[in-house]
This record gives sequence, C-alpha cells and structure tokens, in this order.
Amino acid sequence: MRFDSTEAAGGLQLAALPALLAAAAVLLLSACSRGASSGELTVAGSTSIQPFCDRWAEVYMEDHAGCAVNVQGGGSSAGIQAARSGAAHIGMSSRPLKPEEEDLVEIVVARDGLAIIVHPENVLESLSLQEVRAVFEGSVRSWSVLGGPAKPVHVITREEGSGTRGAFQELVMGDSRIFRGAIVQDSNGTVREIVAGDPNAVGYISLGLVDDRVRALKLDGVEATEESIESGAYPLVRPFLFVAREAPRDRAGNFLDFVLSEEGQALIKKEGLIPVRRRTP
Amino acid sequence: MRRLDPRLEQRLVKVLLWAMTLATVFVLLYIVLFILLRGLPVLSVSFLTENPHDMGKSGGIFPTIVGTLALTAMALLVAVPLGVGTAVYLTEYTWENRLTRVIRFGADCLAGIPSIIFGLFGFILFVLKLGFGWSILSGGLTLAFMVLPTIIRTSEEALRSVPRSYREVSTSLGSTKWQMVTRVVLPSALPGIVTGVILSVGRSIGETAAVIFTAGSSLRLPTSLFSSSRTMSVHFYILAREGISMPNAYGTAAVLVIAILAVNIITYRLMHRFIRKYS
Amino acid sequence: MTSLDRRESLVRAVLLLAAFSAVSVLAVITVFIFVEGTPIMFRRGVGQFLFGQDWFPGEGRFGLLPMIIGSVQVTLGALLIGVPFALACAVFLTEFSSPRLRRILKPVIELLAGIPSVVYGFIGVIVLVPFIRDNLGGPGFSVLTASIVLGIMILPTVISISIDALQALPPSYREGALAMGATRWQTVRMVLLPSARSGIVASIILGMGRAVGETMAVIMIAGNAASIPRSPLEPVRTLTSNIALEMSYASGEHREALFATGVILFIIIMVLNTVANLSSSRRGRERKG
Repeated sequence: MRFDSTEAAGGLQLAALPALLAAAAVLLLSACSRGASSGELTVAGSTSIQPFCDRWAEVYMEDHAGCAVNVQGGGSSAGIQAARSGAAHIGMSSRPLKPEEEDLVEIVVARDGLAIIVHPENVLESLSLQEVRAVFEGSVRSWSVLGGPAKPVHVITREEGSGTRGAFQELVMGDSRIFRGAIVQDSNGTVREIVAGDPNAVGYISLGLVDDRVRALKLDGVEATEESIESGAYPLVRPFLFVAREAPRDRAGNFLDFVLSEEGQALIKKEGLIPVRRRTP
Repeated sequence: MRRLDPRLEQRLVKVLLWAMTLATVFVLLYIVLFILLRGLPVLSVSFLTENPHDMGKSGGIFPTIVGTLALTAMALLVAVPLGVGTAVYLTEYTWENRLTRVIRFGADCLAGIPSIIFGLFGFILFVLKLGFGWSILSGGLTLAFMVLPTIIRTSEEALRSVPRSYREVSTSLGSTKWQMVTRVVLPSALPGIVTGVILSVGRSIGETAAVIFTAGSSLRLPTSLFSSSRTMSVHFYILAREGISMPNAYGTAAVLVIAILAVNIITYRLMHRFIRKYS
Repeated sequence: MTSLDRRESLVRAVLLLAAFSAVSVLAVITVFIFVEGTPIMFRRGVGQFLFGQDWFPGEGRFGLLPMIIGSVQVTLGALLIGVPFALACAVFLTEFSSPRLRRILKPVIELLAGIPSVVYGFIGVIVLVPFIRDNLGGPGFSVLTASIVLGIMILPTVISISIDALQALPPSYREGALAMGATRWQTVRMVLLPSARSGIVASIILGMGRAVGETMAVIMIAGNAASIPRSPLEPVRTLTSNIALEMSYASGEHREALFATGVILFIIIMVLNTVANLSSSRRGRERKG
C-alpha cells in the first residue's frame, strides 16, 4: 500500500505540537528576566488605596497614552511583598512599614482617616477609643452595654495582611488582639457592604471610602473630617504609601510625579482623601 | 406495629419525592433566573465593547471578555496537545500495567484538587519564582495545569470506548499504528475528546480562585502575554462583593452564565451524538 | 529500517514526550506542594499543627484545628442538606416520572453544574445571609449558610451520577421485583438502591470533593472567623478559605503553613478518590458475579 507522505506529515505536525510548545516554553523562559513587560507599570497592594490609585492611573493614561498602569489589590502586606520580590514596580501600603520592612523606599502619597462605621439606623453617635477597643476585643456582646438596643454586636474586621487592619491594630487596639470570632472580609468595600446591610454590624474602613450607605462614628465626640484630622483632634490617621525597592525612576518615577503633582492631589482630595503637601526639592 | 399498606406507602413516598424534586429544580432555576432577570437588561453592545471606568462603576466589560478568552485559549493551547497526546500514548502505545494505573490515579486525584491549591502553586511558581508576574501567561499556565488531568481522563475514556474491532480491521488492512490512530481511532473518539475539552473550557471560564492570584485583577485591556488581566468571573466577584455597581455585576454575571450555558449545551449535543454513534 | 518505520518511531517518541511532559507536570505540582508544606509540619510537630486552636500567623502560631473543623462541618452540612434532595430527585426521575420529563430535566440539571461558584456565593450573600440573620439569628455568615449553599452546589453532580447509576441497572431487576408483586417503591427501596449503592456512593464522594474544595463561595458567605464555631449560626473558616485569604502576603513560615494546609487537602482528596475507586471496582466485581 502506498504510504501517503502528506498524510503522515499532517499527522506528524499534530504530534510535533507538544514538542514545539516545549521548545517555545524553554525559549520563553530563557528570554524573560523578571517582572512585568515593557511599557507596563504594575502597582499592587492595599485595597484602601486601590480605587484612588485606579483613578490616578485612569487620568494619567489619558495624557500618557503609551504607558499602561496596572493596579492590583491584594492587601498592603501583599503589596510590600510584591515590591520586594519585583512582582510589582510599586507596592501600595495603607499602614506604616514595620521595622523589618524599612529596607524599602517609602513615599507618602496621601493621608487617610480610619473610620469606625455602623449602619445608618444605629442609634450610636459617638464612642470613646476604649469602647471601640472593647468592642473589637470581643468583650462587648450586646449594643445595650453602649446605650443601644439589646441586640448582638456583629464585629467585622479585615484580614491579617490588610494595611487598614494593621493601622487599626496600631492606632486603636495597641497590645490587645482583635478577637478571633470576628467576621473577616478581604477588602474595604466588602466590609462597607456588610455593615450597610446589617443594623447590628460594626467595622472599620478607610475614611475616603465612607459613603451614604454607612455612618462613621465620632470618636470622643470628634467627627472625622479633614480639619479634625489635620488638627489632630481625630486621632485615627494613617499614611498611604508607595513603596519600592529603590527610588522610582523612568515609568514609575513619572507616575509618581503625577501622583504627587497638584493635579494628582486635587483628584484624590475630591474623592475624600487628605492630600500631602509636596515639598519642592 | 401495623405496617403501612404498601400502596399507601408508595403514594406518600411518591408525593414526597415529587415535592423534593420540584424544590430542587426550583432552587436551581431560581439561581439562573435571578442572575438573568437582573443582568439581561444591563446587556448592550456598549456594555460588551467598552472599557470600564471608575473601578467598574460605569462603562463596559470589554477587557474582561478579552482576558477570559485569552486565558482560556492559553490554557487549551497547552493542555490539549499534552493531554490528548498523553491519552493516545497511554491507550495505544502501552499496555495496562502498574504505571498506567498510577498515572490514572494521579490524574484523578489532581482533577479533584481544590482550585485554590493550583492558584497557590501558580502564584509561587509563575508569578514569583519564574518572574512572570501577574499575567495572562501565569494565569493561562495555571489553568492549563488545572484542566490537564481532566482532559487526560476524558480523552482516555473516549479512546478506550472505541471498539477494538475498529483497530483490528484497520491494522488487518495494512495500516501503520499511526495511520490507525489518526484515521480510525481519533476521529471516532473525537466527540468524547471534544466533550472533555469543552467541559474544561466551561471550568476555566468560571474559575476565580486560581485566576485572581495568577492573572491579577487589572482592568486595563491586556496588550501582551505578560499583561495582567481580569476575567469576567473575577470582575463579577470584585464588583459584587465591594458593592461597586450592582447592575454591572449582574450584567457581568449574565454574560458569564450565558457563556457557560452555551458551552454546556454544545457539550451535551456532542455527547449525544457520541452516545448514539456507539450504543 | 524503512522510512515508514522511522516515521512511526518518531511519532511514538513525540507522543512519549507529550505523555512524559504531562506526567511531569502532574508530578511537579504534587511534589512542589509536599516539598513546600511538609517541613513545617514536622518542625512544629504534626500534632501542634493539626490540633492547635490558635491561628495567629503574625505571632507564629499555626494551629489549624478551627479550619479543619470548619471544613468538616461545612462539608458534612452540605452532604446532609444536598444528598437527600439529590437522591430524591434521582429516584423520582428514574422510577416515578415519565421518560420525557427525565429527558428534559436531566440535561437541565447538568447544565446547572457549570454555574460559577462565585454566582452561588453572591446569591447566598444577597438572599440567604439576610434571611438567616433576620430569622434565625447570628450575623448571617455562618456554618448553616455555607452548608446550604454548598449543598445546592453539589446537587447537579450527585443527581446526574446517581441517575446514571440507577439507569445502568438491568431492567430484569425491576421486572423481577414487580413480577413478585412488589410496588415500585418497594422495588426501589429493597432492590434498586442497594444494587446501585456503589455508583451512588461514588457520586456522593465526588460531591464531597467539590464541597471540600470550594473556596470563593465559602469566603463570601461563611464569615471566615478563625475560631471553632459553637453553633451552626456562628461564622466559620475552612481550609481553602484560609489559603485564599492569606496567600498573597504570606512569607517565610507563614507561607509554608499555607502549603501544609494544601498538603492536608491533597491527602483528603487522595483518600476520597481511593474510596471512590474501591467502591466502583467493587461494583465491577459484583456485576461480573
């Protein structure tokens, strides 16, 4: 029987596909070093900063069409990790760096208040710092202790790697732990959604993300506003940081310049953050 | 104790089973309708072709559609040749022995491993260690590894169910092994193989856990294999949980559900043809 | 050697390469997870790891017990809720309904197996959580919520495989029982269900595997509190959620602990698969006899 060589060639092509892919994979691996592709800036980390950074990126890319800026979430600790490992050019952190993270370069790009939020129907208006701590320690099981109805307190917290949680831990809890029975969610937006839907819930989110579906409690009678934060009357403030292995240059540097510029800072001031005053070098 | 009259017992049981079946079907349909009723009104050409604005609060979902397609395509590009090739080798070129049983058991186990573990693996290996970063490459390879066991198993079963007589007739007519495989066995097993591939497609489209940690969640239109990209299921997850935009969340979910239903319907049709051919 | 033989050898070599690559991939994943995950288990003591109640990774405490109990509770809950309905459905569709109804409903149910888990989770958050919170108490994010949603998620799997198992039984089983005067239900109860047991058990195990492995839906509805729930209305965290919540930022020992969680999940799936295999091979043996 005549052997049809074109048939066999077709069949061989099918079988050679795995071999070709393997070869391509090897070439690919050897060709790439580390990190993102050319022309793309990866910024990753805090979910508190993410929506604002996305806004910065959107406006930045309107003027600089060539550079794509990719904004990822993951949480502050993830962002710091990513900056260190090179998975991201810039990491976003909504808490101050820990001593072991001090090897990274940090730039303050905004400041943000930390709001303790409850459902709009909640009768409470103000709490003291000790009361907030007690609630999150788990020692307040009913709202009646604080002057509210006899309903159970549903405590919502962020996950351990969250900068918001880290800041909350440092500013409010001190040495006490957030109790283990608290419900854990992995982004500000989710905490806000849950508190907005549960009259008995309490949580903490970025002040810049508070909207009319939740209410921010006053602390010792002081409401969280830009003025009270600037004056120090409202104590819960944390920096929004961009971190990197080295001082950002080129693409990262250009983006950073935009973020710190008047236009960039005006953008986030409109959205509810507190701008930083840039010192001209 | 007086035993219940069997016919009465049967009537009661029948009613109970009927009620439970009704409840089951109702619940499952409710879920689909819940999404479609709220999501279909949101769908429009612009929703499908525009870029998202404001973290997804407005605009469309075009980059996520591209991302989903890119990841699925990449996964198939890697997993199908490897998987089908392996299945062909195992069924046609080796005998049933301890090794093939171990491979089959291994493939079965891996087919059942939670997808988050693939996500962890992919994150550590592709995103970090190999330095691909959050990218379509990382996500696609991770998905490929995830569906590879399924493709091996379904292809193997499809190949095994081709009657031996087909092979015997072919070789008795003088064909080589490879000719027999490509001209007789593979075409017959093709519907079964394609079913497995399409099921993997459905799984890839709906996958969230493994994807979010390897392909990232960037909203920009991906420009290369190394771009990060959000898939539709990740986009839905983020929109819905954070309350960014409920209408857009439902719209994204509607597209997802329709895509997966379409994929499954195709699978069902193909399987039917396959079964009819051989029963 | 003719050119034909050479081509055949080449083809065989290429296919062998493909098979080898695929098997290597499978092996790499398995080995990777075990290599990354087992050192910490032995360094810290397997007992400490499996039975420690405190999960405080910031302080270096890695006790997985709350998550193990969480996964067990949620999976058992899912089975308790899902399996009765699934079996009722399967029995009804094969024995008590018209073939036309079955031909319509079975594919519909199988179609629903493909719905992404995030959709189930979302509907759980929107519909189930407020309902449980307002009517049964607790924050709504709880073992019960997760069990219900997971139970619904495994319905298509268990139903379709059980229907296959029941349909595969020879008609003589039914005819013989009916000829002896049994009612349909008596036939089902005393003849069919026991005979189809291994297939049904396999379907339940497959459903169990899906429930154990579910991540996203559970994160959305279970509350993720790393404590042992004292009632079904309290929040819970599963092994899979634990990995997902902490994966992006864990480093060093913390990351090893997450891989160790992966090892445990791997072993659970291996055990489930072995049981399923044994069960279906027994079915094969019984059939021959």
